[in-house]
Amino acid sequence: MSSWRDIVLLVAMAALSPAPALGAPQAPAYGFGKPATAEEIAGWDIDVRPDGKGLPHGHGSVAQGQLLYDAKCASCHGTFGESNDYLLIAGGVGTLAGDQPVRSTGSKLNHATTLWDYIRRAMPFTAPQTLTVDETYALTAYVLYLNDILPADAALDHNSLVALKLPNRDGFTTRHGFLRRGGQPDTRNVACMRDCDSGSKLASQIPEYARDDHGNLAEQTRALGATATAKVSATPPPARDTLALAKQSACMACHGVADRVVGPGFREVATKYAGDPAAEARLAAKLRTGGGGTWGAVPMPAQPQLSETDAKALVRWILAGAK
Amino acid sequence: MKLPPGRIVPSANAAPIGAGRRGFLRRAALLGGGALAGSAPLRAAAAGVDDLPPNVPAWSRTLGAPVLASPYGVPSPYEAGVKRRESPGLTRTPYSSVSFTPLQNLFGIITPSGLHFERHHAGVPDIDPHQHRLIVHGLCRNPRVFAMDDLVRFPSVSRVHFIECGANTGMEWNNVAVPTVQYSHGMIGCSEWTGVLLSTLLDEVGIDRAKAKFVLAEGADGAALTRTIPLEFALDDVIVAYGQNGEMLRPEQGYPVRLVVPGVQGVSSVKWLRRIEIGDAPWNTREESLHYVDLMPGGKHRQYTWIQEAKSVITSPSGGMTLLDRGYHQISGLAWSGRGTVRRVDVSVDGGRNWRTAMLQAPVHTKALTRFRIDWQWNGGPALLQSRVIDDTGYVQPTMRQLRAVRGTRSIYHNNAIQTWRIDPSGAVTNVQLA
Repeated sequence: MSSWRDIVLLVAMAALSPAPALGAPQAPAYGFGKPATAEEIAGWDIDVRPDGKGLPHGHGSVAQGQLLYDAKCASCHGTFGESNDYLLIAGGVGTLAGDQPVRSTGSKLNHATTLWDYIRRAMPFTAPQTLTVDETYALTAYVLYLNDILPADAALDHNSLVALKLPNRDGFTTRHGFLRRGGQPDTRNVACMRDCDSGSKLASQIPEYARDDHGNLAEQTRALGATATAKVSATPPPARDTLALAKQSACMACHGVADRVVGPGFREVATKYAGDPAAEARLAAKLRTGGGGTWGAVPMPAQPQLSETDAKALVRWILAGAK
Repeated sequence: MKLPPGRIVPSANAAPIGAGRRGFLRRAALLGGGALAGSAPLRAAAAGVDDLPPNVPAWSRTLGAPVLASPYGVPSPYEAGVKRRESPGLTRTPYSSVSFTPLQNLFGIITPSGLHFERHHAGVPDIDPHQHRLIVHGLCRNPRVFAMDDLVRFPSVSRVHFIECGANTGMEWNNVAVPTVQYSHGMIGCSEWTGVLLSTLLDEVGIDRAKAKFVLAEGADGAALTRTIPLEFALDDVIVAYGQNGEMLRPEQGYPVRLVVPGVQGVSSVKWLRRIEIGDAPWNTREESLHYVDLMPGGKHRQYTWIQEAKSVITSPSGGMTLLDRGYHQISGLAWSGRGTVRRVDVSVDGGRNWRTAMLQAPVHTKALTRFRIDWQWNGGPALLQSRVIDDTGYVQPTMRQLRAVRGTRSIYHNNAIQTWRIDPSGAVTNVQLA
């Protein structure tokens, strides 16, 4: 919810729902199941609302959170929450309105209660619902610290967590047509039948380099009936383990396969050097000695630990489209 | 006879359209498919000519397999290519990932349970149905715990509904990104679901109708996934489902019990359902604030975008296929609407300039996949195939251009644009976008 005004709106809309049928039974009509005890409910009722309903009392500091984070979270999310291998949890605050929105927990989150709720119910990924209440407070504080929302000496408890105003608090809206079946759509196409203004100019198709990204299409369509399976390219797919090599060699800390991270995406590199026969040897050398200035101000650090063979394999794979 | 493995399907340009091409491509395709599918089809394809009339094929001159050769039947080995697939690079771990339904290979409106797309956030739990419980509590007089024994005793319903992930077609907002309808539209399935209406259970616990506005649904998986569902839906047609297409749910579809929230984005149909809490305000859960929210131009997110608007796609011919011959082709596809029923589907073969109305397969169910078909004579020239659904609210499926004009290209979710397949004179069908 971006604001209490939106919540009020949403609740008011729900109140306008069709009145339920009269005559709802006062006692269980069928009597199946058994009454749920308070203890049974308490064991499973772990949800936390933005108004603090459901949030247990407890306490945790950024410093405590850092110890827990380094032990239980950093292997997936990165030491500074920078890893995009899973879901990015830090960075990008304030970028959502720009041309390159960075979607992260920090940039999107509207209520700290939601972060607390999610950490308790679903993290760590391989051992969910194992953190204590205080540990959950500490990790919530640390993730907010990684996003420069809390200072290093901060701590959180029930009241301060609920009161915290996050940068994207007002970044959500429920003013759209998807809330109800009778909601107002935001497009108004008309069913023209003849000589319609279709704008049928070709605007986008699969780029050549990506044609085999989804495997052998011939295997994916049944060869019965009026159609056969699609052609596949003559070049065999490159070995997938080059991607693993790129990950092992820390390439992926700065490069995405398709997209720029700190340095250019591999496919951007492939596009830049397409048709340059000398590029392979030149770039393989550059991987090991480092370089700078080609793609902007940030230099490419030297990677002397890479063997010549691995460097060549990586460059050949990158120039072939990093598939 | 041993054939070389792999890529022996030739370029479709290798043979001219006309006499001989059909058989040539067919053989090539069979060999290619057989080589990948396993040795039995490969042998059959290679030996195929000997099995044709007037020769009597080998399978007619011997005993076949006995009953119970496969106590739970499985598809023919010749169908090995018909399966769910991940889209390479889309997700970083198979434990929180998605697999896509092979719509290009399916008939009618029902998705076989084993081909229904998967989306899990923390893997598929292995749940003992005798130990599983559903707690319904919150704003009600009599909070209760239900075992599976209890749930199956309530009056049941069986209804045909689609479940579509809100992110279906999400990879195509900017540009064409995937080659086939499996990846472009395959985060959808349609099943006959059996279970007890959620409204029955809410009545059973004595819901406080004066205060209740929403319910929270929660899964028993490692994600304990939670979603807010407005009471308007919960009291209407939401099913607490244990059956799918005549049998119990598959584990990856929520065994032993899940929600089915008809017409609403798939994440609300919470699998492995363990808890329903009745409340008076939405919960702003992670899956409705950090994810499953639609980023608009200007940087705001639309939140609680529950409804799946009307959408359609041609599944045959579709991307990755090659038309073998000029002449008659049946164009066939699927249409659906989260607001109600499909009223009409129009098809264009010239990129949206002229349209004809397709036939709908009866019966047409509400909030269900609807099969459409239309006859077409392909003259061998280039063609741009599109379908356009109109639902019973009168809503007309939008073009990509119309969607982008309102929502930009970064919203990920709810891309229900008209899909275009280009057919080039070689017969090759590819995914394209028009402007």
